[in-house]
Amino acid sequence: MSGMSKIVKTISSIAFPFVMIYGLYIIAHGHLTPGGGFQGGAIVASGAAMILVSYGSVWTMGKVKEKKLSILESTGAIVFIGTAILGLLFAGVFFNNFLFDSNLIFNIVPVKGSTVGILNSAGTLPIMNFAVGLKVVAGLFAIVLVMAYATTKMGGGKK
Amino acid sequence: MMTFNIPYIAVIGLILVGLIAVVFKRNLIKIVIGITLIESGVNLFLITLGYRENSIAPIYTSSPGGLMSLPVPQALTLTSIVIGVAVLALMISFIVHIYRHYNTLDASKIRGDEE
Amino acid sequence: MSKRNFAAVIFFTIVAVFLFFTALMMHPFGIFDEDNQPEMDDHIIDNSQTETGANNAVTGVVFDYRGFDTLGEATVLFTAVAGVILVFRRLKK
Repeated sequence: MSGMSKIVKTISSIAFPFVMIYGLYIIAHGHLTPGGGFQGGAIVASGAAMILVSYGSVWTMGKVKEKKLSILESTGAIVFIGTAILGLLFAGVFFNNFLFDSNLIFNIVPVKGSTVGILNSAGTLPIMNFAVGLKVVAGLFAIVLVMAYATTKMGGGKK
Repeated sequence: MMTFNIPYIAVIGLILVGLIAVVFKRNLIKIVIGITLIESGVNLFLITLGYRENSIAPIYTSSPGGLMSLPVPQALTLTSIVIGVAVLALMISFIVHIYRHYNTLDASKIRGDEE
Repeated sequence: MSKRNFAAVIFFTIVAVFLFFTALMMHPFGIFDEDNQPEMDDHIIDNSQTETGANNAVTGVVFDYRGFDTLGEATVLFTAVAGVILVFRRLKK
């Protein structure tokens, strides 16, 4: 499909960084406020779909090939499963929260009851949030891009 | 006898409208829209099972204290929504492929009913 | 009307009557009696800050108490994306 007029292109490329920052905030604060990996990934993917609609699918396919998107999605899946297997190696149970009370990175235990949230808490949960968010963004954007590009080459049906 | 269970009536309305679209229509895209409506009705049913009267969201960050609603049905509904999106994407890509091959979108012509 | 339409109407009325009677017999919206109290959810709400460290009980359930379901969901998403890209492939000559 071809792109839209110049006003639409300018305004959507101004609005896209704000949508991306908002989606990244919802992914990163998944263990403190409502949200998490899947919800934030859907927000960023809909911002990317806005760019696809306003610039045309031929231009977007020229900038972003499908190979890069599939590499991004596989990286998200490998980080997710790697964190689960590290729990098996360090503490004996699959999916164990092995960073919870240790001396490594995300290890502050919150006080019981209603507190102000601390970003440095909750063990392996922020790592898994980022991995799932990356996977959802790459997957949904790849689906929309491939379907929009395939309609430019379609001519009647073959019998 | 009938206390007003309005959310359950809404769930039944969604499922019945979706079922009418799946059973009685012949265009393939209308059948897919009916399947999506049935899935939305089932997701609504899952999250109405997890409500307690006068309760707040189950989050501890700056929360006014009180009774909290159940978190497990919300987690199951999250998984169900993502699976619905995945099945919808696959169904639509199959419809595009069928249209390229048969050049019609009528389910009874594709099945081969004699009319 | 043809046989197919007749069977469709019978099936639809059976499902509609069944759903309607089920809605009349559900428990009232938001009220739990004495013999179906949610004990597992009460345990999760009380102990999710000291066992997982997350302030958000729903994220603690999705990624820690029931993380295996999230693994299955990630697999379904991966399979759907692979299937869609496979259908729209262009063979290079």
